[in-house]
Amino acid sequence: MKFSKVSIAMMAALVIFAGAAMAGETLDAVKARGHLIAGVNGEVFGFSMPNEKGVWNGLDVDTARAIAAALFGDADKVKYTALTGVQRLPALQSKEIDVLCRNTTQTLTRETINGLNFARVNFYDGQGFLVPKKLGVKSAKELGGATVCVLPGTTTEMNAADFFRSNGMEWKPVVIEQTSELNKAFFAGRCDCLTSDASQLAAHRTVAPNPDDYVLLPEIISKEPLAPVVRHGDDQWYDIVNFTVMALIEAEELDVTSKNVDEMLNSKDPKIMRLLGTTGGMGKALGLDDKWAYNIIKQVGNYGEIFERHVGKNTKLGLARGLNDLWTRGGLMYAAPFR
Amino acid sequence: MNTTVAEKIPFWLDPKKRAILFQIMVIAGIGLLAFYLVSNTLFNLKKQSIATGIGFLQKEASFEIGETLIPYSAASSYGRAIIVGTLNTLRVAFIGIIITVILGAIVGIARLSSNWLVSKSAAVYIEVMQDIPVLLQLFFWYAIFYESLPSPRQALNPFAGLFLCNRGVAFAAPASHPAHPYMLFSFFAGCVLVYLLRRWAKSRQDETGKSFPVFRVSVGILIAFPLVIWVGSGAPMEMDVPELKGFNFKGGMTLSPEFMALLLGLVLYTAAFVAEVVRAGIQSVSKGQREAAMSLGLRPPLVMNLVILPQALRVIIPPLTSQMLNLTKNSSLAVAIGYPDFVSVANTTINQTGQAIEGVALIMVVYLIFSLSTSTFMNWYNKKVALVER
Repeated sequence: MKFSKVSIAMMAALVIFAGAAMAGETLDAVKARGHLIAGVNGEVFGFSMPNEKGVWNGLDVDTARAIAAALFGDADKVKYTALTGVQRLPALQSKEIDVLCRNTTQTLTRETINGLNFARVNFYDGQGFLVPKKLGVKSAKELGGATVCVLPGTTTEMNAADFFRSNGMEWKPVVIEQTSELNKAFFAGRCDCLTSDASQLAAHRTVAPNPDDYVLLPEIISKEPLAPVVRHGDDQWYDIVNFTVMALIEAEELDVTSKNVDEMLNSKDPKIMRLLGTTGGMGKALGLDDKWAYNIIKQVGNYGEIFERHVGKNTKLGLARGLNDLWTRGGLMYAAPFR
Repeated sequence: MNTTVAEKIPFWLDPKKRAILFQIMVIAGIGLLAFYLVSNTLFNLKKQSIATGIGFLQKEASFEIGETLIPYSAASSYGRAIIVGTLNTLRVAFIGIIITVILGAIVGIARLSSNWLVSKSAAVYIEVMQDIPVLLQLFFWYAIFYESLPSPRQALNPFAGLFLCNRGVAFAAPASHPAHPYMLFSFFAGCVLVYLLRRWAKSRQDETGKSFPVFRVSVGILIAFPLVIWVGSGAPMEMDVPELKGFNFKGGMTLSPEFMALLLGLVLYTAAFVAEVVRAGIQSVSKGQREAAMSLGLRPPLVMNLVILPQALRVIIPPLTSQMLNLTKNSSLAVAIGYPDFVSVANTTINQTGQAIEGVALIMVVYLIFSLSTSTFMNWYNKKVALVER
């Protein structure tokens, strides 16, 4: 009954602690506590996973660190809560966490009946299929009758059902809640293929006994805009999280990096001056220090740096920027003006 | 004459009235707390604009379930998905309880055997299985199934019609035939007849003292009835043999590794506890009873059936009931190894609809129904075997 206990505890928390949400409430609570509590996956290499020294690493982790840097001027003031796909939304709704940075797909129902707000997307993904090479499958359309390993409580589960349904193919899902257990079952041959967001499949492949035995099929069957999530009802907190992500993107567009940010403080470019707080007012408007974006970039880096550090070409994942490149280079990363 | 005028006692000094007052206060307190929790929850759900109510049960589930006993597809409703999950839980719990009771009884009796090897083996089994957490055992058995068995294309085929691979155990089953429902019906008719036969044999023995071989005749009836129908309808021999088509076996019957791992884990774990319950029950019957029965000239099986067991059952039934409930509840660990039981389906439903409170309430209600119906049945049985005091 492990999971049920968790959900009952969450329900109790939802019932007892869910006081009236007011603007500024989350910010005040986080500041009074002295650290941010971020919900993360914890099992996806490149996005959020502790390394062998126990230090959290990854693109989602750095998003949480950027928020902490904006709030406290110290990116280390974050505590991470590892959540499964099933646990993550109740954990956010019941205020167990302040923000969810856990490769979560923005959808209509999550924005509405689940009572959540998604900030600017920090990773554009799509669902794919990972298969063993020896299976000899070249296209997802050849997967009729296959057994498919899939995580529960994800958009993935429904996308897969839609895909097989619309192509009139039969299939059998094997649904296991823990990512590590699911991977083990797949690599041992329990399923013909593993389906998830393509970036995650690349990450899972790195932990395979022999990564070269597996290949990603060419089809991408869904749109998965992954973004940090907050609760409905606290607009100020939503603005802070939203603009933290945009500050990362804006900094890359303006070529402000963690290395040159101190020199950039002397820049005469009005856009950079507004971003870094040389011209004041932007931070104040969010209820933060004017040096908020400076702290983010100094301590965490801009979006490009984060991407290359965790999932880019020179990492084990080796992902190309693709859709996640700046809009100026043909990608979708685009920040609202800082003015 | 004693004309004692009833002295007026203030109600707070009257223990009876005071007790009533306290009870009213406690009830009112609980009522207020419940009202506060419910209204606060509803207020906050509304504030975060999270949907409430059980209307979602009619919506399309749009997720697939790996094993179903009734027809189900992603186009079915959440309500049907939950029924599928409930049936999957009942399937593993029902089969699991039956095997557990049989295995537990054998191990429990073996534990008392005068043979050193048999009794020590039983002791080792009990100690090892009781002391390892059941979740670890499930992971262990599941890993055994998917790690040690080959892929479907290299499936083991120990004899015709049986295939072992990491997709499960596929075996041949009789191809469906119009006679099958009639055979099932005749089996149930046989059950009713056996029940009547037992009552008749008992009353005849009470009156005349003549015994009747009830057991042998009953087995005969239960086998003969369906057999007659089967032969009468032309003895259909056709078998539905599993065949490798594409990625997997088609046809026949398949038991998935998830189901087998869950069943095996739960049975082996719970049987260890049942064995101890059975041993304790048998040991609670004093030695004198056995000796007295034997001195009356009863044969050992009759000693067990007529003297020892009826007395031992009184001690065995209550703890056995709680072990059955444990097995049913532990089956919710299925979510860890991917068997689509009730909790697994309910979790997915909660996650996709976002209605955690309704979902968790549903989980609690369903498990409560499972547990209450099991214990109602067992309490009834317990009353039947309990000591009748005259």
